[in-house]
Amino acid sequence: MKPKRVGMEVSIALSEAVKMANVDCIAAYPITPQTHIVEHLSELVADGELDAEFIPVESEHSALSVCAGTSAVGARTFTATSSQGLALMHEILFIVSAMRLPIVMAVVNRALSAPLSIWNDHSDVMASRDCGWIQIFTENGQEVFDQTLCAFRIAEDHRVFMPTIINLDGFTLSHVVEPLYLVGQELVDKFLPPYKPPYTLHPDRPLTMGAFGVPEIYAEAKKAQEVALRNSYPVIMELWKEWGELTGRHYHPIEAYRMEGAKIALLTMGSFGEIAMGAVDRMQDEGIPVGLLKLRLWRPFPFEEIRQSVQGLETLVVMDRAISFGGIGGPVCSEIKSALYQQPKRPKVFSFIAGLGGRDVPPEQFEEMVQQAMKMKRKRPVEEFTMIGVRE
Amino acid sequence: MAKPMEQYTWRDIPIGCVVEEPGNARDYKTGDWRSQRPVVETAKCIQCGVCWVFCPDAAIYRNEEGYYLANLDYCKGCGICARECWTGCIRMVEEEK
Repeated sequence: MKPKRVGMEVSIALSEAVKMANVDCIAAYPITPQTHIVEHLSELVADGELDAEFIPVESEHSALSVCAGTSAVGARTFTATSSQGLALMHEILFIVSAMRLPIVMAVVNRALSAPLSIWNDHSDVMASRDCGWIQIFTENGQEVFDQTLCAFRIAEDHRVFMPTIINLDGFTLSHVVEPLYLVGQELVDKFLPPYKPPYTLHPDRPLTMGAFGVPEIYAEAKKAQEVALRNSYPVIMELWKEWGELTGRHYHPIEAYRMEGAKIALLTMGSFGEIAMGAVDRMQDEGIPVGLLKLRLWRPFPFEEIRQSVQGLETLVVMDRAISFGGIGGPVCSEIKSALYQQPKRPKVFSFIAGLGGRDVPPEQFEEMVQQAMKMKRKRPVEEFTMIGVRE
Repeated sequence: MAKPMEQYTWRDIPIGCVVEEPGNARDYKTGDWRSQRPVVETAKCIQCGVCWVFCPDAAIYRNEEGYYLANLDYCKGCGICARECWTGCIRMVEEEK
């Protein structure tokens, strides 16, 4: 089938991908800016367009608990949340990943309270960074649609069995109407076979999930979980390649933009990559040898690809959308620095925090980050990180 | 369990740490941190079984003579049996080293 190009709100496109994945169960609690996804899915179920159980619950803690149950009986399960909702799910996030239940969740990134903010940054997902889920960031509507379908395939692969989070920026991505190519149902059916769980809760074959782990076994269980998450990496590469062959849309853990001959690079995650591309174009026109790296795969972290991507760079400017309070500042930059520390040759890495709580980051601010980094490179930076666009 | 827990390597852990064998908690002796144990004075016991009913750990069994006794592999020494016993035939005594 020839791909059809449509204009669609990104939240609706995500819901359509969930429908095409033919999920069995959705349990979710509405929270801004995730609401349109759940609303649309409940309509699809109510209208008989999607044969699934839609389970309304009284909180996000219950939403993910219900999802754990339905996934444990072998149902393909989806949920979505934002901000405080993700925070309320926190304890269940770790249970789901340790139990290896391949739930797919859309996190429509929104700032954490207080002060109360409904707008976008990455503080919600960064607070749950170590929850053991596969975590993917998206830049535009097409990526959201594609990655949602890929997420089910990755999560349920017999070499993976890991829950997967698709991150999309609240409002700046979730609520905009974007042009995108949908795919035919026959392509999805071919790409995404029915879920075959390794174990299911069933009275015919009793077993225990989520059992007690005494000190004699807990560390072994955690090592097995960590190795499994790292081992998902080559499978994710393989499945993105397969999706690329089917659709012509190729995905990599880090996307490089105009990096040929670059001495400086910006690194972003999420929808601000598109604005950064414009800023890079402008700076290149002015003769500044700057390129852009866009980090897509956040967990498992692409250590080797980061090391390869920065080869030949003198300066790396990392933009974070969250603060690790009292620590190094930006969680992404912290990771990048760790990945490069043991390298004999590495660029100077500068941490910038921008775009908190829905604050816009115009192209000029990306240029300012590059200029400040070039200045700081000449002298030893005093601060661990710089907050940009903050009134002094 | 196919083998004792301390012999499992991380590679042996089933996906999601699932316990595939039903009822294998029996192999794990949970009574080893008890500080008191129930002692039954069978002469006073009327074999009513109220201790068996109330034991939260199902650690009480009935012997061939019909008396109810605690399986000390699993009894945690909570003393509920002694508290509930109508005739007062169960006494909690300190575990000695």
